[in-house]
Amino acid sequence: MEKTVNQKAWFLVLPVLILVAFSAVIPLMTVVNYAFQDTFGNNQFFWAGLDWFDELLHSDRMWDALGRQIVFSAIILAIEIPLGIFVALNMPKKGFWASFCLVLMSLPLLIPWNVVGTIWQIFGRVDIGLLGYTLDKLGISYNYTQDFYAAWITVIVMDVWHWTSLVALLAYAGLQSIPDAYYQAAKIDQASRWKVFRYIELPKMMGVLMIAILLRFMDSFMIYTEPFVVTGGGPGNATTFLSIDLVKMALGQFDLGPAAAFSLMYFLVILLISWVFYTVMTNLDKRES
Amino acid sequence: MAKITLDNLAHSYLPNPTSEDDFALKQLDHDWVDGEAYALLGSSGCGKSTLLNIISGLLTPSQGRILFDGQDVTHAPTAERNIAQVFQFPVVYDTMTVRENLAFPLKNRGADPKYVAERVQQIGNMIGMEAELDRKARGLTADAKQKISLGRGMVREDVNALLFDEPLTVIDPHMKWELRTQLKKLHHEFGHTMIYVTHDQTEALTFADKVVVMYDGRVVQIGTPEELFETPEHTFVGYFIGSPGMNVIPAKVDGDRAYVNGSYVQLGRGYAPMDGKVEIGVRPEFATLSETEGLPVKIRRVEDVGRHKIIRAEFFGSDINIIANEGTPISADMNRVSFDPAHVNVYANDWRVKGEVA
Repeated sequence: MEKTVNQKAWFLVLPVLILVAFSAVIPLMTVVNYAFQDTFGNNQFFWAGLDWFDELLHSDRMWDALGRQIVFSAIILAIEIPLGIFVALNMPKKGFWASFCLVLMSLPLLIPWNVVGTIWQIFGRVDIGLLGYTLDKLGISYNYTQDFYAAWITVIVMDVWHWTSLVALLAYAGLQSIPDAYYQAAKIDQASRWKVFRYIELPKMMGVLMIAILLRFMDSFMIYTEPFVVTGGGPGNATTFLSIDLVKMALGQFDLGPAAAFSLMYFLVILLISWVFYTVMTNLDKRES
Repeated sequence: MAKITLDNLAHSYLPNPTSEDDFALKQLDHDWVDGEAYALLGSSGCGKSTLLNIISGLLTPSQGRILFDGQDVTHAPTAERNIAQVFQFPVVYDTMTVRENLAFPLKNRGADPKYVAERVQQIGNMIGMEAELDRKARGLTADAKQKISLGRGMVREDVNALLFDEPLTVIDPHMKWELRTQLKKLHHEFGHTMIYVTHDQTEALTFADKVVVMYDGRVVQIGTPEELFETPEHTFVGYFIGSPGMNVIPAKVDGDRAYVNGSYVQLGRGYAPMDGKVEIGVRPEFATLSETEGLPVKIRRVEDVGRHKIIRAEFFGSDINIIANEGTPISADMNRVSFDPAHVNVYANDWRVKGEVA
């Protein structure tokens, strides 16, 4: 077929370009602006080149935060993905209880993030919180404001509580799309429960699981509100993840230059990892078909 | 291989069925003879898949028993029944190769690896996929996937029965013939009891030794293709089998004559007086159009389908189809129809009445 060439079509893209420019590109450029310059107020800027980047790349502070962030995301994925699949496998397939479970599972997802933080902050307190009080009475030493492990466990359990539902719901949707004939055929082929999971359920869930992993990775890698409310990044710097560190740097210390450079690198890291994910996912799809 | 007995079997999808209408499968007693090939024929929703799923154990009947060689398996799980089933839509294990797919039912039962390899090769040849055995099953066409499903159904030699649930729906027409022939060949070779569910009469008639025709949750006739053609036990059978189906004409029957709107049709047998709705059934093949003999008809149109002509006509207000040989010229003067008395069946309330030799 002959293609019609009509450059006027670009005008149709213009509204989107303007929208994206104002909502993303221009704000981002402000950050870029700060990242390469220094200012001492009065709107006076001095060219700093790559100094801020250089400084950050040689500071333990950012590397430590990055390390904590990676460990946190890895733990989150390692718990939430299998747990979400497990929950989805055990949810009723239809009827009243299926709807009931769906509503129950959605509840944590509907709670604002800072409220989730507040809930757990109170829940874990030794004096008035149910969890903290109970553990204390049981003779288990638990204080997330002072103990490194208690802080990490609290933050991780909170995230698992908050987000496993998402993985479960996605996995559940994947499971629901499997026709009954597959399970019937498996029965006739005398496949064990494990084989049904391995050869029917898991392959059919692969697509949604990839999305779940990507979403959970991005979200956990950018986590800020909940740990900030619960631990404030402490004790010490124990739960100071990248976002918390960034906000401390930008607003706490008002080091706008390094913070802007930090933001850019942070953004690029997430972009890079998401791109790798995306490429792997699409390649998997291609190889499969 | 086993004889399968259905004893007083019925099924309803409702928890507390009250009337007969609540049953998807109405009460049924039947023996599936060991080693025969059956076709379960009927339109959608007539209960044939329900029946099949009860036999394979995917569904527990609400009443009655099912026996394999005299042993009650009504509540036995599918795996214990040792049957194979092929579904309407292809079921393949996507992440496995074709070879692994075919070997799966054998491996799960702990068969000897050497035997598995041999048998899989053999089945691979049979379904014509020997070249693709090491390909991943994902990404194959629906045809190929269904061939794998068929292959997986046939890979076990010791099954009690092989069940097919409209397995050729997604297959290309030319491939249908080929696979059906192979199934038939396989049946002759191994003598499995085979039950083949379909709504396609050609498929049923070519595949099976005996055809079980179902209508509205009930088995209306079990017979050879010839019996179904010559003496349909129920007007549904007459109408469903044949192309076009049997002509069913309301009539009054007295002795060996049927009266249609005052004119009479000679019957091959004599009949006692009957109650209810009385009809006569004549296949288009046994109706002849002529200028002089028989009762008046009004020809609406003539369809030439190549090997014969189908005449669509009106006969005292009801539709009638007549088949004429390709060579017979049809003229406007041919406005009378006569029936072969030996092939006129009489139906009371849709069921055939046998009658007595006159």
